[in-house]
Amino acid sequence: MSERVPILRIRQVLLVSIQTDLDDQAVLLLQDDLAQAVVDSGAHGVVIDITAVEIVDSFVGRMLATIASLSRLLDAGTVLVGMRPAVAITLVELGLSLGGVRTALTLDKGLRMLEDDHAERGHEGIAPDVAAGA
Amino acid sequence: MSGASRTSEVLEITTTAGVVQARQQVRALAQQCRLSLVDQTKLITAASELARNTLVHGGGGTMTALLLEERGRRGVRLAFADRGPGIADVDLALTDGWTSGTGMGLGLSGSKRLVDDFVLDTTPGAGTTVTITKWGR
Repeated sequence: MSERVPILRIRQVLLVSIQTDLDDQAVLLLQDDLAQAVVDSGAHGVVIDITAVEIVDSFVGRMLATIASLSRLLDAGTVLVGMRPAVAITLVELGLSLGGVRTALTLDKGLRMLEDDHAERGHEGIAPDVAAGA
Repeated sequence: MSGASRTSEVLEITTTAGVVQARQQVRALAQQCRLSLVDQTKLITAASELARNTLVHGGGGTMTALLLEERGRRGVRLAFADRGPGIADVDLALTDGWTSGTGMGLGLSGSKRLVDDFVLDTTPGAGTTVTITKWGR
């Protein structure tokens, strides 16, 4: 039985902090759980904290990219925070640039990024020309 | 001490838990070998890719791990062996982005870039052995 990574909700953001060395099934489980949690909670953002993660291989890298694209489809942004320098160096050499995944150095910066995003989108929604039906 | 450290350890990789164990065993060896943090990370990542290949493409197999000491330098050597279908076109399998399954096609080509020595030995129908070495600086 693979372990489940807890998904925490702070206001409109879902927070996942990976603390242990996950096997591949646990990685896939997390991907599915997160997609469901985004829908159930209506959260506008997902933060994945990998401060404690010692390696990101192509399997975990693919999961991160998949989470970013599927939350985008479900109207939520994703920010990856806390990547270690050695992990970044290894990912680039491995050939994984995680192009579609946004990153921030700290949890605080990641949360701010999502807030800014949301404010920007919220702004569009109530723009006067749109409200006027133009 | 160096005599004892040359004893190889064999780990069975038959489940995804085996892939996790492989990473942990390689981490311990890399630290014992005093590899830098970046080199440790590269070696563990390469081991993770190859252990998964052994499981997914080879139908399971083994990782044989060995601490080396040669001309005053130390290193870690890992051999991943399976008795799976083998690789018909080695050049193609080592191409970035080419995959026989649903992966990203970076396992073999990517792990080759992460280590100092990379030897791929495969016979179609008989299995594959990938041997990698990372030396301390």
